[in-house]
Amino acid sequence: MKSCLALVLAVAFVWCPRLASAQQKATVQNVPEIAYTSVPNFLKPPPGETLGEAVGIATNSKGHIFVYFRSANTRLWEFDKNGVFIKEIGKGYYGFEFAHSVRVDAADNIWTVDEGTNVVTKFSPEGRVLMVLGRRPPAVEGAVASAAGPNPPAQKYIFCRPTDVAWDPQGNIFVSDGYCNNRVVKFDKNGRFLAQAGSERAGREPGQFSLPHGLQVDGQGNVWVADRTNNRYQVLDNNLKPIKTYDNLGTGWTICISQGPHQYVFPSNSNPNGNPPGSWENTGEIYKMELDGTMIGKFGHASKEVGGFQVVHMLDCRNPNEIFVGEIESWRIQKLVLQQPGSAKTSSNGR
Amino acid sequence: MKRFLTLSVAALCVVSLAVTAQNAVPEIAFDSSPNALLLTDDIYLGEVGGVAANSKGDVFVYTRTGHPTISLGTSRAFAHGGSRLFQFDRTGKYVRELGQNSYAMLFAQQVRIDPQDNVWIVDQMANSVNKLDSTGRVQMLLGRKPESIPVPAAAPRGGGAAAEGARGRGGLPGEGAQQDVFNRPTDVAWDAAGNVFVADGIGNARIAKFSNKGVFIKSWGSRGNGQGQFATVNAIVVDAQGNVYAADPGNKRIQVFDNNGTFKTEYTNIGAPSALCITPGPNQVIYSSNSNPPEDIDSGGEIYKLKLDGTVLGKFGRAGKLPKEFGTVNSIDCRSENNLLVGEIVNMRVQKITLR
Repeated sequence: MKSCLALVLAVAFVWCPRLASAQQKATVQNVPEIAYTSVPNFLKPPPGETLGEAVGIATNSKGHIFVYFRSANTRLWEFDKNGVFIKEIGKGYYGFEFAHSVRVDAADNIWTVDEGTNVVTKFSPEGRVLMVLGRRPPAVEGAVASAAGPNPPAQKYIFCRPTDVAWDPQGNIFVSDGYCNNRVVKFDKNGRFLAQAGSERAGREPGQFSLPHGLQVDGQGNVWVADRTNNRYQVLDNNLKPIKTYDNLGTGWTICISQGPHQYVFPSNSNPNGNPPGSWENTGEIYKMELDGTMIGKFGHASKEVGGFQVVHMLDCRNPNEIFVGEIESWRIQKLVLQQPGSAKTSSNGR
Repeated sequence: MKRFLTLSVAALCVVSLAVTAQNAVPEIAFDSSPNALLLTDDIYLGEVGGVAANSKGDVFVYTRTGHPTISLGTSRAFAHGGSRLFQFDRTGKYVRELGQNSYAMLFAQQVRIDPQDNVWIVDQMANSVNKLDSTGRVQMLLGRKPESIPVPAAAPRGGGAAAEGARGRGGLPGEGAQQDVFNRPTDVAWDAAGNVFVADGIGNARIAKFSNKGVFIKSWGSRGNGQGQFATVNAIVVDAQGNVYAADPGNKRIQVFDNNGTFKTEYTNIGAPSALCITPGPNQVIYSSNSNPPEDIDSGGEIYKLKLDGTVLGKFGRAGKLPKEFGTVNSIDCRSENNLLVGEIVNMRVQKITLR
């Protein structure tokens, strides 16, 4: 009996089910390389402290940098535009357990998406809680076994390992949800459910998803979804009707859309977790496109060295020429300075 | 067809009657003070199990701040932490934390302040009711935290032995196995003589009465929908005459008992009562929250004001995420009849409500 319990414990805590993402070579052809440099040691964490898996990265209108990461606890740190540590936000907060995404809205509110608590939180620019979406499963109801069989029906206001959050120009809220649900949910700015695309079931049809892993909304209100296990990006209109698919960019890990009147789209074909053999040759690059899909270029490659990427989990591209990259497996944030197309070729860091 | 039409007309009549009854409840105008509690940079409220004020206006919040930590690599799995008890002054300024590193703060369920300003906390997972004096020193413990936590835990919802609750010796489901062994207790209240009433509440479906010294006196209730039965007991209050009011949201009613647990009456026109408070003083009133379930903010959420005889005086609020909306209210403080403190689960906050 005792050994049985030990086994159950071992299984419960070691075997963390995660949809394996097959590596996927992008089929898009003849994409120019964009030269870039990585600013070394840009972020300065507090003395004696270090980042963990740097899954969330965002900037606000002042250029402050927010990093949402997994260490002994999941934490959210704010840095100034020079990378100097300012403060921690959400220390001991109930909605933090296993970081997945941080984004900053047009009013500089900070939003976190926590895949461990199933909670999406809107913090004020000062870091106080303004709104909570979803609910953490109550501990008193016991450990949640990894259920066999199909997912239970998705509920309007409850997430199942959500992954990302975004807003349209009207302030409507979009959540990609996630690892066990397979849907995109639209709420109004007050947090009331409006619509969803997809469901608890994974699917390959347009408007269905298999691990929607990140999303962004462009200035027209269209919703760009990184549909990871389907190895594609889907574009939905503002009412979540599918309008376009990009299936030549490798695995849809994460996506960023820059601000301003001329927006650019940055999708990432991140190298897979664990670096399976051959994956570095085929994956790891980030693309730069126009909103209409016109390819501009690509940059980066899988590598553990500075300037290379180890599973890019999230991008910030508020300024399309200065990209912040958060990586899972190198526990770091890199600031990349992209050179203008037509300027000098690839730097020593790029390839 | 004609029969169907008759039926439809009858149904319409019933619906319109119900709507009329709803509309007959006056709306109470109210405000919510922004930033009722001034949190420091390192203090975040999680789901608010309980909020209560003492005679000086100090505010106590018992909140779920994280999941309990389970120790591995031991002979059994032990649970620690998960909830915290914060104190604020009457202006909302943070004062201190009470019960730091307590043995039994796992899943905050409720906090109540007795007439002597003792702070009572009910923990739904530690299965305990803990009386602290105003400095935070432990004065009395009812119930006991289970030594270890079974992992993986929990029978499935809505079925199985754990869900129907323990049986007394030869008794009914939900009666409780022993006098002060609780199974997911929810609330505590006192009568004028200082007797203690514990709502034992979700795992069981009963109310236990103890003397002011913590001596078990009696217990009543079991799982069901008859008089004196409960789907769950989510809250209790006791009036100045010693009558006990028990919120039974699954059966959409408040049941009223005398001081010895004899059923007197029930109030059924106020949604699913999930949180209760009763005002002090000569003309007591009860506030009862028809709390929305966490997975739905599109209906319910309003709080009713009742006379002790069940007459509905008015209602206010609705489910939602904005100020003046409620996200699964679990606790109401009404030491002052028109200045309430409302603690919410999903919105992880306390609102200070002023009724106009």
